[in-house]
Amino acid sequence: MLKIDNLHASVEDKSILRGINLEVKAGEVHAIMGPNGSGKSTLASVISGKEEYEVTKGNISFNGENIDELAAEERAHKGVFLSFQYPVEIPGVSVTNFIKTAINETRKAKGLEDMPAKDMLKLIRDKADLLEIDRKFLSRSLNEGFSGGEKKRNEIFQMAMLDPKLAILDETDSGLDIDALRIVANGVNKLKNEDNAVVVITHYQRLLDYIVPDFVHVLYNGRIVKSGGKELAHELEEKGYDWIKEEVDA
Amino acid sequence: MDLKEKLLSSFLVFEDKSDADNYLHEVRNDAIKTFEEKGFPTKKEEAWKYTSLNKVLKEDYSVFPKQENALDYSDIKKYFIHDIDTYKIVFIDGKYSSHLSQTTHEGIDVCLMSSALTKPKYRLIIENYFNKAATKDSLPSLNTAFSNEGAYIHIPKNKVVEKPIQIIHFSTGNESAILLQPRNLIVVEENSHVQIIERHQSLTDNPVLTNSVTEIFTKKRAIVDYYKVQNDNLNASLVDNTFIKQKQESIASVHTFTFGGKLTRNNLNFYQEGERIDSILKGVTIIGNKQHVDHNTLVHHIEPNCESHQDYKGIFGENATGVFNGKIIVEKEAQKTNAFQANNNILISDKATINTKPQLEIFADDVKCSHGCTIGQLDESAMFYMRSRGIPEKEAKALLMYAFSNNVLSSVKIPEIKQRITKIIANKLGVNIGFDL
Ligand SMILES: Nc1ncnc2c1ncn2[C@@H]1O[C@H](COP(=O)(O)OP(=O)(O)O)[C@@H](O)[C@H]1O
Ligand SMILES: [Mg+2]
Repeated sequence: MLKIDNLHASVEDKSILRGINLEVKAGEVHAIMGPNGSGKSTLASVISGKEEYEVTKGNISFNGENIDELAAEERAHKGVFLSFQYPVEIPGVSVTNFIKTAINETRKAKGLEDMPAKDMLKLIRDKADLLEIDRKFLSRSLNEGFSGGEKKRNEIFQMAMLDPKLAILDETDSGLDIDALRIVANGVNKLKNEDNAVVVITHYQRLLDYIVPDFVHVLYNGRIVKSGGKELAHELEEKGYDWIKEEVDA
Repeated sequence: MDLKEKLLSSFLVFEDKSDADNYLHEVRNDAIKTFEEKGFPTKKEEAWKYTSLNKVLKEDYSVFPKQENALDYSDIKKYFIHDIDTYKIVFIDGKYSSHLSQTTHEGIDVCLMSSALTKPKYRLIIENYFNKAATKDSLPSLNTAFSNEGAYIHIPKNKVVEKPIQIIHFSTGNESAILLQPRNLIVVEENSHVQIIERHQSLTDNPVLTNSVTEIFTKKRAIVDYYKVQNDNLNASLVDNTFIKQKQESIASVHTFTFGGKLTRNNLNFYQEGERIDSILKGVTIIGNKQHVDHNTLVHHIEPNCESHQDYKGIFGENATGVFNGKIIVEKEAQKTNAFQANNNILISDKATINTKPQLEIFADDVKCSHGCTIGQLDESAMFYMRSRGIPEKEAKALLMYAFSNNVLSSVKIPEIKQRITKIIANKLGVNIGFDL
């Protein structure tokens, strides 16, 4: 589904990603771990098409198609979704209006009519229930004054609404208490099937107890320096990152 | 002959033909003298520093239309709020169109300035209110000198007028260039409530200059909601002079939506002559091209325990220029005044400019005054956030702009107006997004 080849990316001449190779197949769950500042969020942004970052080498293909040149919205229309580490506050646009617009614009791009209002309402209800989101919450301005946990839950609500092929969850666990974490993880698991894939970016093993990865990668200094199965996450939890840094820096 | 000379000589003809009584005659004569002395405002005056009328005044305007022109309702329906029942006072090239209007004298007067100025039964009101709020500045004076036609609205005590009143001025382009000077008088007595929508619409590309004066008096506990829809074409210019005198506990709100026009200058003045008054001034401006918009506001707090709320949002693209000049005066007696002013702007092009200047003159010591001006760009991180959810760039921009104007739109009390404005904004931005605010 997603194939990243020798990806280099920089911002304002500062090189951040320095040769990433990663393949994610349909039905898989990948975890990307690594110390702060190693480039995890940058990788997520580059896959989603943030123009601030310049791809200087390598390429990203999605379902066999090179997507390097596509705009962020075009990637979204193809089924790429990013749950932001820091969701942006947009005062004046309600959660409902935002997600309705996102869905209908995606449909428009596919040559479909707007979703009938009744279906939309039902979809919103179902997905809000799945994530145990209060209806009142949906009429509030997007992310404005939301707690950290509410923001993350709202990200997964949008994911549920948009039903992407590839979901990248960037530190979705940070800011969540244990109950919220369980609700969010449960939501993600319910959406998971053989045709889609999830990339979970996290610092902690904690989330991976709920969303169990098939592969774990360690990103350090803009490269994937180690890959393994879910046991690698346990090892990192126990030993921290220093041994990896030493291995790499040696 | 330049426009000033032309106006001065036209005045003689105008007065000659007029059947005005002595009172009006005197007012007009004083006014033309004032205009003659002051002339058109220039950039040398502080209040006109950023707005030059030079280009606009170069056209060879006809001052009185030569003929009466008619319009078919079906051709201009779209300029009306037509999905709800309203009173309408409609003018074509400055002349009243009875055909397009719907006036009333049943319990309230929604009719014509020309009859109010000449018929004896309105005489008392005219003497008490006409030209009693307008200032002696040159453009209001010019309007006063030629004051003849416009809307006359008188709402007696204890009436809630259910139907909004639309005042619409069309120009047909049958004159190669036309100067219009509508004059409106609105008196709302104790405990009454009225909603008014005003629009100026030119139907061709021929130049139009409108110098309008509206005087509004809100008596004790009266409520006036006024909406100005300024979406004229790019050869039409407007100087709107609005003066609102409020008595105790009255609430007056003016929403100004400016999307069109070549040059638009809004002189909006509130005078608080009683306690516990609320004055509300809100505006959304979205312009591009070489358009110019200048909002010049004044709130004069004269008595204690009053409030004023100003919130103007502006979005400027291409070579557009904007000005916001908001003056708040709090007199020594006006203790416990709450005065708020915000002017937030987004520049979406490198060539667009905005000059924003709050002017506070506070002589009382126990007041709450806050003001803030911001000038920014569209938030890039918000743009990426929206686009990553599948909302294309253009629509994402539009959504951000709606969001930006949202707290002004949300205080519009007539849903049909809100819808209309939303639609105009969508048109203006070239998008079609299926959500409502
Ligand atoms: N827009 C940017 N401008 C400048 N530096 C950036 C930008 N985005 C990321 N960086 C830098 O790139 C490095 C990787 O950041 P990031 O991808 O956020 O790391 P992680 O998510 O792994 O903590 C950091 O040193 C960060 O400061
Ligand atoms: Mg990060």
